[in-house]
Amino acid sequence: MKDLAHRALNRAQLSGADYVDVRFVKRTFETITVKDGHLAGLSLDESAGFGVRALYRGSWGFASSAQVTPDEVDRVAALAVAIAKASHTVQREKVDLGPAVATVGRYETPIGEDPFRVSLEEKIAILMAADAEMRAVPEIRSTEASLGCQREEKTFASTEGAFIEQVLTETGCGIAATAVGNGDVQRRSYPNSFGRHQATRGFELVREVDLVGNARRIAEEAASLLTAPVCPSRVTTLVLDPTQLALQVHESIGHAIELDRVFGMEASFAGTSFLDPTMLDGFRYGSDIVNVTADATASGGLGTFGYDDEGMPAQRAPIIEKGIFRGFLSSRETATKIGRASNGTMRADGWERMPMIRMTNVNLEPGAHSFAHLIGEVEDGIYMHTNKSWSIDDKRVNFQFGCEIAWEIKGGKLGRLLKNPTYTGLTPEFWASCDAIGDKSQWQIWGTPNCGKGQPGQTAHVGHGAAPARFRNVRVGILS
Amino acid sequence: MTVTSKHLADQVLSLSKAAETEVLVAERESHLTRFANSEIHQNVSERNTEVRVRVIEEGRVGVASTNDLSEASLSRLVERARMLASHAPATELPPLPGPQEYAAVPHAYAPATAGSTPEDRARVAGVACRLALEAGLNAFGAFETATGRRTIANSRGLFATQQATKADYNLVVMGSDSSGYASFTAADASGLDAEALARHAIYKALRSVHPVAIAPGAYTVLLEEDAVADLLDYVAAAGFGGQGLVDGVSFVSGRLGERLFGENVTVWDDPLGQGMLPAAFDGTGVAKGRLCLIENGIARAVAHDSDTAHRLGVASTGHAFPAPSPSGPYPSHLHMEGGKASRSEMLRGIERGILVTRFHYTNLADAHTATMTGMTRDGTFLIENGELTRPLKNLRFTSGGIDALNHVRMIGQETKLVPGWYGATRAPALVVDGFRFSGVTMF
Repeated sequence: MKDLAHRALNRAQLSGADYVDVRFVKRTFETITVKDGHLAGLSLDESAGFGVRALYRGSWGFASSAQVTPDEVDRVAALAVAIAKASHTVQREKVDLGPAVATVGRYETPIGEDPFRVSLEEKIAILMAADAEMRAVPEIRSTEASLGCQREEKTFASTEGAFIEQVLTETGCGIAATAVGNGDVQRRSYPNSFGRHQATRGFELVREVDLVGNARRIAEEAASLLTAPVCPSRVTTLVLDPTQLALQVHESIGHAIELDRVFGMEASFAGTSFLDPTMLDGFRYGSDIVNVTADATASGGLGTFGYDDEGMPAQRAPIIEKGIFRGFLSSRETATKIGRASNGTMRADGWERMPMIRMTNVNLEPGAHSFAHLIGEVEDGIYMHTNKSWSIDDKRVNFQFGCEIAWEIKGGKLGRLLKNPTYTGLTPEFWASCDAIGDKSQWQIWGTPNCGKGQPGQTAHVGHGAAPARFRNVRVGILS
Repeated sequence: MTVTSKHLADQVLSLSKAAETEVLVAERESHLTRFANSEIHQNVSERNTEVRVRVIEEGRVGVASTNDLSEASLSRLVERARMLASHAPATELPPLPGPQEYAAVPHAYAPATAGSTPEDRARVAGVACRLALEAGLNAFGAFETATGRRTIANSRGLFATQQATKADYNLVVMGSDSSGYASFTAADASGLDAEALARHAIYKALRSVHPVAIAPGAYTVLLEEDAVADLLDYVAAAGFGGQGLVDGVSFVSGRLGERLFGENVTVWDDPLGQGMLPAAFDGTGVAKGRLCLIENGIARAVAHDSDTAHRLGVASTGHAFPAPSPSGPYPSHLHMEGGKASRSEMLRGIERGILVTRFHYTNLADAHTATMTGMTRDGTFLIENGELTRPLKNLRFTSGGIDALNHVRMIGQETKLVPGWYGATRAPALVVDGFRFSGVTMF
C-alpha cells in the first residue's frame, strides 16, 4: 500500500499539485435485522478503494476509485489535479493549510471481544430472543431487533510526510416495539431510538446492553402509552434523559460549532450557524454549569479514533467552559482562517468521499446531581425519554424535539405516563435555562451512527456524552 | 448495456449453487462541484461498481456485497452469502421474480449529463458567483452530474439493465440578513439555464432583506414547489409504504378506498414518466408502472415489494429496494397533478397569508397522523391583498400533512422536479388554508 500511496502522491505532484494526500480504505459491515419474529436482513458488505485530494494554487480537487491498481492510481491522481485546476477558475481566496502535518503513526481500536469472531448463531439467537420477549406483550404489533459490526482499515499519506495506519472497530445493537390499539400507534426503543446504540467497542457492548432482559419492559411501556394522556401544552420544568440530551447536544451545539458551516460551506444544503468567530471567548452559550468538550480520545466513543483524515492526532478540545463559548470544531484550512490550530475533526465517509468537519464525541460534561436530586427539586414538571423526532432551523437556533415517552413530575416525584411529548426552544435561551446536570455515575457516551452532512451526502459516526439534565421554563406539548 | 455488468452478473450466477440467487450490479460515476462565498471550495469525482448477491436456500437468506470485481473476490462473495444463509433461520418467502417485460425509458439517460466535465460544472458555478457578487451578494451551491447503470439478474431467468443520468443543481444566494433559492433537477443537464436560476435566487435574496417577525398561528400559505414536494415525501413515507400496511401502523391501514384528502388532490407514482428521473424496474428487477396513490382525494394504493405484497396476498407494485430492506418499500417517483392556477392568480387569491419558498429539516413529529414539523428558509414573505408586501423571519410549522392536503384551495399549473430521499418528486405550488405555524426564529 505504501508504494501505491507514494505513486499517487508523486503522480499528482507531477501534474502540478502543491499538496496531495491519499487515503486507502477498506470497510466491512455486518448487519443482522430480526423483524416480527423472522430474520429480515443478514448481510455482510465490503467496500474498498482510495481517494486522492490535491491542492493546486490554493484550490481543491478530489477523485476516487474502487480499482486499487497502479494504472488507476495514476488516472485518479491526475484527475484530482485536473479537477483542482477547474476549481481554480472560480477562486477568490487561496486555501491555506497552516503548518505542515508530518505525523507517522498507527492506531487500533482497543476492544474486548472481537464482534466478527462471535458466531452468527449467537448473534441471531440474542435478537430472536429479544424479539420474542417483545412480541409476548399482546398489544405489540411490530418488533425489530438489530445488531451491526463494522471494521475500517485506513492508510493515509501526504506530501508533507504523514503516513498513518488505523483499524477502527465498532459494535452496536438495539430493539424497538410498536404497539397498536385504542386508535393509536406508539413505539418504544432500547437502548436508543432509530436503529441502535453504537460504540468503538467490541461485542462486550451487546452483552452489557442486555437486549433480552430489557425487551419485555420496553414492549410493556409501548403498550401502556396507548392509553396514556397526551403531554399537555405549557411552559414548565423539563428533565431530559441522557439519550435525548445527546441529540439535543448534537443538533444545537455539535452542528453549530462546525467551522466549515460557520464559513458557509454547507449553506446551500444543511445550512450555516448562528455562531461566528467574533463570539469566541465572549458569547454566553449556556448557564454557568454548562461545560462541553469535543473529545476524540474518549474511551469507547463512536467519534473516537487515533488520527483524523488530515493526519491530525485525536484531541480533547474545550467547546464551552462555564457557559462561555470557547472553540469550534475545525480543519486545518478553517482553523488557519481564525488563527488557531486544527483540533482534528476532519473525517470522510469511506474512500470515495472528501473529508469534512465532523463531530467527534461532543460531550456535555457531568454535573453533581443524583437523579433523585434532579427530580426531587421539581415541584411540577416533565421528564422526557428517548428521541422520536427532531428538527432545527438552518442556523441551529429554533429546535423542536419529540420523545417516545414522558412522565409527569409532581412534588419531586415521577408520576403518570404521558404520550407524544414534545418540547421546543431557541438554542442560547435553552442552554441558559439549564440549572442541574446529573453526576458522573449517570454519564455515558451515546453513539449516533447516522449523522448526515455534505454533498455528496456523507454519514458520520459520532458520539455524545451526557447525563440527565434539568431545564427551567421550557415550552412543552406542541402536539397536544 | 456494458459488457462488464452483464459479464459480472453471469459470472456470479454461474458461481452460485444455491437454490435461488439474485445479483445486482450497480455502476456509478458521480462528479460534484460545490461553491461557497462565490468560489469553488469542493470539487469531487467518484467511480464505483458494487456487486450485491442474495442467495436463498429453503427460506434461508444471505446477502453480501463487494466492490472488488476480481474472479476470486466474486467467488468469495457467493460463498459468503451462502455461509450467511446457512446460519439464518428459515422464513416464509415468495419466490424470486421471473422474467419481466420492461418499459423503454430512453429519456432516463442524457449524453449531455454523462459528458459533463469539471470545466462545464465550473462554468455553471462561475455564473452564479459572478452575478451574485455583482448584486452585492454571495453564492453558495452545488452542481452534481452522475451516470449510473443498474443490472439485475436472477436464477429464475430475470435479467434487467438500465442506464440513467442525473443533473442536480442547487443555489442559495445570501446577503447579511436575507437569502434566495433556486434549483434544477433532471436527467438531462442541457436544460439547466445557469443565468436564469442565478437571477431568480438573487431576486429573492434582494427581496427578502430586513425581514420582520410575525406571530405564529394558522395562515393561508402559498407553498412553492420545493415545499410541496417535501410535504408529499413525508405524507408518502408515513402512509404509502407497504410495510406500514403490513404492520398496521400506516394511516391508510384499513382505509384504502376512503376519501382521506381533498377532492382536488391526485398523486401517483410515476417511475416511467417524461420529466421524471425514470426507472424501469425496482431493486429486485420487478417491472415498474404508473401507480395511482391518491385519486381525487381517495387513497387508492400503497407501494409494495414482493415481500409485503406476499404478506398481504396482493401483487408487487415494483417498489423494492435492494435486499436486505427491513424498512420495506416506498414510492420514490411521486407526481402530484398540477392545477390551472397561474402564480399571479394564486397570489391574488390570498388576502393575508405567507409565501414559503422551501422548508428546512422537515421531520415527522407523529408518523401515525402524518403530523410534521420543520422550518421555512430562503425566502418567506407576507402576502397582503394579493401581493408580497414584506419579508418575514423564518417560522416553524407543526401541521398535519393529511390536514394540509385537505385544505388545498388552489393548485399551480406548473410543476417542478425536486430531489427526494431515493428518487425525485414532481410537485406544483399550492395555496393551503389554515396551515399552522408553531414558532418563530431569530432570523
